[in-house]
Amino acid sequence: MTRDHQDRIQQVQSITETGHSMNQQTELKMKARDVKVYYGNDQAIKGIDMDVVKNEVLAFIGPSGCGKSTFLRCLNRMNDTIDICRVTGTIELDGQNMYDPSLDVVQLRAQVGMVFQKPNPFPKSIYDNIAYGPKLHGLASKKSDLDDIVESSLQKAGLWNEVKDRLDQPGTGLSGGQQQRLCIARTIAVSPEVILMDEPCSALDPIATSIIEELIDELKANFTIVMVTHNMQQAARVSDRTAFFHLGELVEVGATNEVFTNPKHKRTEDYITGRYG
Amino acid sequence: MSNLTLMIVLLALLAIAYQLGLVRTRQVAGQNPAQRMHSRPHHYGVLVGLWAVLPAFFIFLLWSWGSPWAIDQLLIAQLPESITSDNQELRVALRRIGNLASNFGVVSEAADWELQAAAFLAETRQLSSGLMLALMAAVSAAGLLYGYRRISPLQRARNQIEKVVKAALVLCSTVAILTTIGIVLSMVGESLRFFSFVSPMDFFFGTTWNPRFSTSGVAEGSLTGSQGSFGMLPLLAGTFLIAAIAMVVAIPLGLLAAIYLSEYASPKLRATAKPIIEVLAGIPTIVYGFFALVTVGPFLSDLGDFFGLDIRATSALTAGVVMGIMIIPFISSLSDDIITQVPKSLRDGSLGLGATKSETIRKVVLPAALPGIVGAILLAASRAIGETMIVVLAAGNSPSLTANPFEAVSTMTVTIVNQLTGDNDFSSPQSLVAFALGLTLFVITLLLNVVALVIVRKYREQYE
Amino acid sequence: MSNQTDTTSQPMLKSAVQQKVQASLSRRHRQERLFKFTGLTAVMISLALVAMLFINIFSKGLPAFWQTSITLDIYFDPAIIQISEKPVQRADESSNEFRERFLAWQGELGMINFNRLISDSLMQVLPDADQHRRQILRVVTSGERFALRDMVKDDPSIIGQTKRLNLLTDANIDVWLKGNIDRSLPDHQQQLSPVVQKWADDLYASGIIKNRFSFALFMNPDSRSSLASAGLAGAFMGSLFMMLIVMFLAVPMGVAAAIYLEEFAPKNKITDLVEVNINNLAAVPSIVFGLLGAAVFIGWFNLPISAPMVGGLVLSLMTLPTVIIATRSTLKAIPPSIRQAALGLGASKMQTIFHHVLPLAFPGILTASILGVAQALGEAAPLLLIGMKSFVATVPTSPFEQSTALPVQIFLWQGNELRNFFEARTSAAIIVLLTMMISLNGIAIWLRKKFEQRW
Repeated sequence: MTRDHQDRIQQVQSITETGHSMNQQTELKMKARDVKVYYGNDQAIKGIDMDVVKNEVLAFIGPSGCGKSTFLRCLNRMNDTIDICRVTGTIELDGQNMYDPSLDVVQLRAQVGMVFQKPNPFPKSIYDNIAYGPKLHGLASKKSDLDDIVESSLQKAGLWNEVKDRLDQPGTGLSGGQQQRLCIARTIAVSPEVILMDEPCSALDPIATSIIEELIDELKANFTIVMVTHNMQQAARVSDRTAFFHLGELVEVGATNEVFTNPKHKRTEDYITGRYG
Repeated sequence: MSNLTLMIVLLALLAIAYQLGLVRTRQVAGQNPAQRMHSRPHHYGVLVGLWAVLPAFFIFLLWSWGSPWAIDQLLIAQLPESITSDNQELRVALRRIGNLASNFGVVSEAADWELQAAAFLAETRQLSSGLMLALMAAVSAAGLLYGYRRISPLQRARNQIEKVVKAALVLCSTVAILTTIGIVLSMVGESLRFFSFVSPMDFFFGTTWNPRFSTSGVAEGSLTGSQGSFGMLPLLAGTFLIAAIAMVVAIPLGLLAAIYLSEYASPKLRATAKPIIEVLAGIPTIVYGFFALVTVGPFLSDLGDFFGLDIRATSALTAGVVMGIMIIPFISSLSDDIITQVPKSLRDGSLGLGATKSETIRKVVLPAALPGIVGAILLAASRAIGETMIVVLAAGNSPSLTANPFEAVSTMTVTIVNQLTGDNDFSSPQSLVAFALGLTLFVITLLLNVVALVIVRKYREQYE
Repeated sequence: MSNQTDTTSQPMLKSAVQQKVQASLSRRHRQERLFKFTGLTAVMISLALVAMLFINIFSKGLPAFWQTSITLDIYFDPAIIQISEKPVQRADESSNEFRERFLAWQGELGMINFNRLISDSLMQVLPDADQHRRQILRVVTSGERFALRDMVKDDPSIIGQTKRLNLLTDANIDVWLKGNIDRSLPDHQQQLSPVVQKWADDLYASGIIKNRFSFALFMNPDSRSSLASAGLAGAFMGSLFMMLIVMFLAVPMGVAAAIYLEEFAPKNKITDLVEVNINNLAAVPSIVFGLLGAAVFIGWFNLPISAPMVGGLVLSLMTLPTVIIATRSTLKAIPPSIRQAALGLGASKMQTIFHHVLPLAFPGILTASILGVAQALGEAAPLLLIGMKSFVATVPTSPFEQSTALPVQIFLWQGNELRNFFEARTSAAIIVLLTMMISLNGIAIWLRKKFEQRW
């Protein structure tokens, strides 16, 4: 038996330990080991180990400044764009270390897409917003292929019916919730394997939020989703597993109902019961 | 008494009045121990000082502004008819008399009537300044007394001082507007005088620029040829040709340098290169002109020889290239501002989709920044159009209607300088045309600026 | 990464999408490198242009700070300097009478042929000078005779003595000795006759003519008759007067206007208009301000032509918007909390601004002012239109006298016919101007760094 294979079994064991409901499809998508993040001399993440399973929704919760967003951004190397930010440790995607210098970050990000806190549509038409990624990556050879990608992405994001008649209008003209779904559609259009969502609903009203939450539930079938949320109810509603961060540490990760009803750690309990945060 | 001593006396008076006010305030305060003074003692002091000095100062300003004119009128009334009938001669005579009166002239050369007038002038001047001093002294004393006696616990001295200060502030902020009004009025006024000689049609749409020389206004019935032709189009074409060349040089260099420095460069390179490029912005344009004339022109000419092209050393190309160098920092620092204003979330959105840095810049950042950059380019273009010294030295000063950048051309600014610094009479069309050109230039740059500022403002609001 | 049999990490089994992405990678990275390289090239070209400009100016201009002069023993021959005694004011004499007597004495002095002193002295060092009497005065620049005259004027007791003096050589000798003219040109194209050429070479070889630091460049006003003694003193004073006027006019007015607009002015259509107006004024070509000056200050107010006073006024109007805009942005950067704190303690609005806001804004205002003054210092175009282009051979002592300015002096010198001499001299003048401007800018940057404050 190779070492890799042994690892794999251990991983699955660790997943069962951390409360993931074992079933036939359980397959490891990402594996983070001893991840530390520094901003200059300040350590923001203090050594985190975490596994992400394929086609699950994993939610990160924790008080502000606990490092959950920072860690999320490590998962597709968005932290590279911050000059003073330094990441150590390994994060593997399908067994390949994404911090390997030989790995192409462009390719990585095509595999691991990201949706941001504030809807950030490009100042282009709705169509061009969606078509941007596929065009970059050369995913469509013909205009009709591109049209298909745009339509199916918008449909998956549940936006098609609302915008199909005004694809040439600027994406910035949509409402906040629509903009965020546009951004999700834009991410889907590249057919990533994992979608990272950084508090995707924090700038939205309750109705828009519930639409997005439903959407996340549907997307689960095709994508692995890791989301940061400030809202514990949201985590409880949409996620399969929940990870609780505090002060740059991963305090607890487990099946969502487990974490919320029967937290193992005092800190988790205090947070969930509203002692702080 | 010279104006300087007068000012010193006024300042001394201010100090004395201040002290008096201070003493008086203490006195008043001592007399009414029950009532608190409204303001601090020094406020009362300053107020008394202002009463003593400000009115007198205004009299001084008015007097020094109005009296020379009034005295001139009195003097002209004294002069013989033969002199006053001709404007030119009158001006010369007035200058001579003025010199005589202040003992600069050589007495033996002066005519009798001139001497008389000079004596009259000196006398009137002395009388005038005596009157002014007396008036100032009286007003000053009255002001001092008034301010002094008004001091009372109820007087809101501080508020009154603040009113004066605020009035002064308002006055200062109107200067900028007065300047604009001054520019417009003087340009329009002189241009109208010019258009009384030359029809606006001939000026704006004429294709020949050949103003000829004139030492006095065009005489009645003069030969048609002696007036010259004042067609502005060759100058306009030269101006735009050079500005276009400058933009062709400056836009790519400035924009790319700004992009590289703000997006790619290491902090160290950025910290060194940015100020060095900005040094270019601080260099006086005359230096660029000299550089163009002595170095760039001959270089381009040699380069042309090498490629078998006939490039003149002073040409539109020379002036344009050097002007482009001058504008690089202008474009790069404006673009830098604008590019850094594009929100990070847009970049993140693009990078998060797997775009490379250059794709993000070309396809997201630049399109988002485009309006701002267009505004910056328009501002730069208006600067290029109004630039003077480089073209005076390096454009070759040949007002021909050509689109060939290797030829010598002339621009509106060059022509303004030429027409106003030659030996032309100030009231001849040859001189006045400078104002018509200036007005055109002003309107063109104004339009560019307004459009640019509106665009940039809209752009800023979009991302605020 | 290990290359073991781990199925999911095998590139072969990547999804179709991933394969397409991978296929596009090399092309995109090539574009990336190309783009980056283009940007770097633009930066390098810009830097190279700065370097070229400076190297060019400095290599041309630095040699002009040294100038050839000739060391001569000048005998103040009483036979040539025949003059009555220098008048002294008597007790019973009014100052007017004394002035008249003194002027008469100066007139006498003016009649004396000081060139004789120089040529006599030159005869001593030039053995064959007798044969070329007419050429002999082409060695020393013509302005030096006035230097001798002034020595006598200051101290008549010098008559009869011999003084060892360094006199500036003619500009053409300077050009010849510095190699700024092609020596192989035929004689009729040379400025110097063959005799003088030989004299210059001999005297230079024997050390009688030497390259010395050119004080003339800094101490003398412009000159057209004696090119070698043309200096920047007049232009420098003119520029100084104008800078002072800008400092005392544009800066306080600009700051006051900025305070009013930023702190007091109500937000309405009128202040909007003022704002637009100021922004536009800042971008109006400088030459338009020159036209304004010509029409208003000279045409209507009859202020003296070519005077630094008028130049200063024009430049003040020109820099005013710059100062206003910069001061306003400084004031804007001061957080409202400071104003609220002062207002909360019962200070009036005026007191708040003058006691709290302005001191905090001071470094920024200072920087803005220095930059405004520097801008005014380098401006030439508007000054040409108000007559400051005319040749002025005296150093102005007041802002109402005729004068020129440094940038205009550069303009005048670059047009001089003796290009071999004046190209270097102009570059030297540019170095002086640039040094002043860069020091001003440097001070501004230093102040900004020193007082930089984050709120």
